[in-house]
Amino acid sequence: MKLVLNEEQQFLKDTAKNFAEERTPINHFRNLRDAKDSLLWDKEIWDEMVKLGWAGILIPEEYGGSDFGITGMSVVLQECGKTLTPSPLLATAVLGAYAIKEFGTDEQKSKYLPLIADGEITTAVAFDESSHHDISNTELSAVEADGNFVLNGSKKLVVDGSSADVLIVLGRTSGAKGEMAGLSLFILESHTDGVSRAKLDMADSRNYANIEFNDVVVSPNALLGSREAGGEAMDHILDIGRIALSAEMLGNSEAAFSTTIDYLKERKQFGVLIGTFQALQHRAAEMFCEIELTKSSVMAAMQGADENSNQLQVLASLAKSISGDTLHLVSNEAIQMHGGIGVTDEYDLGFFLKRARVTEQIFGSVNFHKERYANLSGF
Amino acid sequence: MENLDNFRSEVKAWLDNNCPPSMRTGADPKTPHDEVWGGRKAEYKNPESKIWLDRMGEKGWTMPTVPKEYGGGGLSKEEVKVLNEEMFLIGAKTPLLSFGIWMLAPVLLEYGTEEQKKEHLPKIIKGEIRWCQGYSEPGSGSDLASLATKAEDKGDHFLVNGQKVWTSYADKADWIFALVRTGPLEPKHDGISFLLIDMETQGVSTKPITLISGKSPFCETFFDDVEVPKENIVGELNAGWTIAKKLLQHERTFISNFGLAAAAGSKKDLVTIAKKHFGEDAGKISNSFFRTEVADHKIKEHAFGLTLKRAGDEGGKASAVASMFKYYGTEHNKKRHELMISAMGKDGVAWDGDEFDQEDKNLTRSWLRTKGNSLEGGTSEVQLNVISKRVLGLPS
Repeated sequence: MKLVLNEEQQFLKDTAKNFAEERTPINHFRNLRDAKDSLLWDKEIWDEMVKLGWAGILIPEEYGGSDFGITGMSVVLQECGKTLTPSPLLATAVLGAYAIKEFGTDEQKSKYLPLIADGEITTAVAFDESSHHDISNTELSAVEADGNFVLNGSKKLVVDGSSADVLIVLGRTSGAKGEMAGLSLFILESHTDGVSRAKLDMADSRNYANIEFNDVVVSPNALLGSREAGGEAMDHILDIGRIALSAEMLGNSEAAFSTTIDYLKERKQFGVLIGTFQALQHRAAEMFCEIELTKSSVMAAMQGADENSNQLQVLASLAKSISGDTLHLVSNEAIQMHGGIGVTDEYDLGFFLKRARVTEQIFGSVNFHKERYANLSGF
Repeated sequence: MENLDNFRSEVKAWLDNNCPPSMRTGADPKTPHDEVWGGRKAEYKNPESKIWLDRMGEKGWTMPTVPKEYGGGGLSKEEVKVLNEEMFLIGAKTPLLSFGIWMLAPVLLEYGTEEQKKEHLPKIIKGEIRWCQGYSEPGSGSDLASLATKAEDKGDHFLVNGQKVWTSYADKADWIFALVRTGPLEPKHDGISFLLIDMETQGVSTKPITLISGKSPFCETFFDDVEVPKENIVGELNAGWTIAKKLLQHERTFISNFGLAAAAGSKKDLVTIAKKHFGEDAGKISNSFFRTEVADHKIKEHAFGLTLKRAGDEGGKASAVASMFKYYGTEHNKKRHELMISAMGKDGVAWDGDEFDQEDKNLTRSWLRTKGNSLEGGTSEVQLNVISKRVLGLPS
């Protein structure tokens, strides 16, 4: 594994960088927030992303995608992260597309993947049910009746859940809460009878919903992957999502850090630039080191995913925990080093802090992934 | 490719004929193990150590990329890779540890005169002359450029007077490369020269330093009216600071790699120690608070290793990155030792005597020694200054 981008990946990253800077600077997100937009992402921008092929980066060519790989997908998210660009990329192009591509039947793949690649549908993947991420705690029941499955239960903080056309849901077909065995994945239209969604207004102003399933009847064709093997499948899909999200979080850290360094070079107090103060210089240098370590971890994880590394779980937990720690540090320090202006709504830095605390939690917190890393490493 | 295959067969055959049995993996463990640093004063407990050094030195393979005219191997990068692989396969020992190879030779290759290269490189490569580094002084630690050891121009020679400190292995070395003040009236960075001094010259003396960890390789080195030929200056007069900085990069990268290599190769693994002394519960370290610290540490270690790899894959970047590695690598190494000592509890601070295992006593010494890692070769604070200024461009 070489920890550098190849030419195509670098080209994709440069394209995404230009796009984010020109089409979706932070004001784009600010405007959506101020307008209390119902999607909290922009349909036209999404269409442009689709035209650039981003919706199909993980989708095989036979289904209309480019099959460009997880590294390619992740570097796009990293650049989007720098300007806090909201889009369905994470929930649809990463989680949804990967889940269907990897575990779908031929029929499911033919039905959904071309629609995702063309931007015709968006997806959301619903797994967590309580405050903390742990899919083994799934209680949503999927009971077989008259040859169908009946889903009952609720899902919490589903990314893009309020607008997705198609839902992928983790349910329990056997066993009890706390067990990884006995879980199954289902794919269904979000307008299926019995599905109700409550849009959530979160601090980071992104698209989330809590979703209730009341006697939702789906046919056995709705099973995504093997029955009872949904826990492992979900965890694998999530690892890809964790890696892509880590790349986005790295982008967040890089942008907040670079804004802060610029500020240290222009803000004067006591008649001198505050960047001359060693108290700030050393903290900035330490952040630089943490960001470098994060870059390497994210790079190894996304390359590992593309190479089907048998260390994928370890690498995903490494990337998610270290990008979480780094973003936590950087989002706090950026504000402290900016002083008063950092805590005003008019300044953009607060957006990074708010976004940071949500991304630190979803798909497993820093603690969750440290624990998982330790377990996988045999201590 | 074909040439490379031929080269591989040649190397294989040569190693087969020339690498003595005790210099390979699988050697009789009772054979004395030498740490071979070469030089005039070298003593070999195992005569095969000397044979191995002489043979490798003759081939120039202790510095395989250096041109043959300077005593090197004259090999291409690809050929060096083959040589390393073949040596690895038979578990061949590194024939020579040397500050000459790690620090001075790269500087001579870049800044030395033709005569200096022809004079010194072959002796470094063959391990005939052992070098030490004269940088720090009692009054010049982090502020190295304030150094005061003076070299006065006396026509055909410099007259050197002053004192160096922290000169590793000065008592065992033959020559010293030293920073001296040749321009007392110039701004401090612009009055320094890089000088090569034969330690057998009248007026050079050394005295070992005892550290908190016990014995150490460090010495004080004194210069009392030492006459040094003018031709021993490397680079221009008063242009030594540029060379010094360049050499420090080599040193910093070396020290940071050393920490990680030590972690990877150490018999003392943090997890093993923690499980032994805290006990384990279904494979987990029983003390959950300590387990969290270990996880934190292991994750950082993993990420740091990947960062070293990435720097290599990117083709090795500028000096400031060396500062990051020096800073992070040494701080990490200190932390690892603190965790090991802490995990061992009452057994973690054994000093001496028959009541303790040698390994446990060694660990105490290593732990104390790591405290110097973040001081030598530029303190952690100096590295952070370098990162702030050279990478982040923060103002002075």
